[in-house]
Amino acid sequence: MLRIENLEVFGLQPVSLDVRRGKCLAVQGPSGSGKTLLLRAIADLDPAAGRVFLQDRERSSMSGPQWRRHVRYSAAEPGWWRDTVRSHFAETDALEKQAKALGLASGKLDQPITELSTGERQRFALLRAVADGPDVLLLDEPTGALDPKATRQVETLVKRLLRSGVTVLLVSHDPAQVNRLAGRTCTIRGGRLTGGRS
Amino acid sequence: MTGAGYIELSYFDLVLAAALILINGLLSVAFRLGLERTLALNAARMVVQLGAIGFVLKFIFAQTSPLWTLGLGLCMVLFAGREAVARQTRRFRGWVAYGLGTSTLLFVGLLAVLFGVGVLIGPDPWYSPRFVLPILGMILGNTLTGISLGLDTLTTAANRERASIEARIALGHTRNDAMSAVTRQALRTGLMPIINAMAATGIVALPGMMTGQILAGVDPVQATKYQLLIMFLIAGGTGLGVLIAVLGGMRLLTDDRHRLRLDRLEKPDQ
Repeated sequence: MLRIENLEVFGLQPVSLDVRRGKCLAVQGPSGSGKTLLLRAIADLDPAAGRVFLQDRERSSMSGPQWRRHVRYSAAEPGWWRDTVRSHFAETDALEKQAKALGLASGKLDQPITELSTGERQRFALLRAVADGPDVLLLDEPTGALDPKATRQVETLVKRLLRSGVTVLLVSHDPAQVNRLAGRTCTIRGGRLTGGRS
Repeated sequence: MTGAGYIELSYFDLVLAAALILINGLLSVAFRLGLERTLALNAARMVVQLGAIGFVLKFIFAQTSPLWTLGLGLCMVLFAGREAVARQTRRFRGWVAYGLGTSTLLFVGLLAVLFGVGVLIGPDPWYSPRFVLPILGMILGNTLTGISLGLDTLTTAANRERASIEARIALGHTRNDAMSAVTRQALRTGLMPIINAMAATGIVALPGMMTGQILAGVDPVQATKYQLLIMFLIAGGTGLGVLIAVLGGMRLLTDDRHRLRLDRLEKPDQ
């Protein structure tokens, strides 16, 4: 379970929310309302006062890298630091099968990243984000650049992760997707988050 | 100090040489480079600074006092520290910008003088300003170029590579790992001038100090030995200075929670 108490995200009133293990909480709100900043603050990518707990462990009891191995932020526009997708993975045995399940041909793994489309990069980034088995996924528009078929494939992966006990916080502009994946929805409007507490 | 073949310059010689600056001025006007003002100002600045330092050095050499030497040495470090960050695209906010460069230069300058003058050259007394100050100046001048290039590369690259650095941080990598590519790039860029200088020295360029000694009548082989000593001091000093400044800059660009902190940089000047 992920629990947040009075997290002071830039531009928002203190945020409190909780998500049970294996559940998905959707975060909705207009563009620029601070959804991305909220996810970044939870992953400890931006400084924010307040308390964040994973199970009973408080974030401040772990180092930053330790926390982020448990609580994983997946950006809407992911970054890469090597030439090919494959070189970003420590373990590549199951990778081709996982890629295929998201509609990605295995040849794409060794193509220069600059030659991949936005949607291909987005799906590979999701695979990279879940590769080492984080407990919490903070998904920022995970299907923003995808067609309906690829969107369904990504949702299947997210559902499988939820069943295996991964906790998900989902930022999405697609109400139908929120219905399909999320058990609950919270909303940011005018700098206030409502509906975060179960 | 005046060797056998030393010829004194008259002020009239200098005025004639200064006329050459007009070439640059005409160039600027003809191609509308807009550099006339800067050119005139900086040429004037050079004349005033060099002229003043000539008299200051004459005074300090006459004292041979450790305090005067230390005082002028510190002034040189402070000015070098300012120059090291003066033309950065993205500076650190607050005193840190100045502090990082200056403390690095202070450390490197001190070490180079203690080792180069105190141990290797060994004049009597060891703090003799005639040896300490020119060598400190050469060390500082070269090290500040390396530091300036290294830090400029570091901050510019960190800004450009923000997405890839934060992707690694989000995946749980440490700041050292996440910043390794830009750190390496900054170190390489900072070290490039001194490596180039060593490669070109003796073929393309006769270094200024060696030329000076030869003009003053010193045997070229003796002048070469001094120049090699200086080049090694500069290379070591630049290497150490670039290393400290870039790794220090990398720490400042991140925090103890291993976050990337680009908010600690000023917005770039237009």
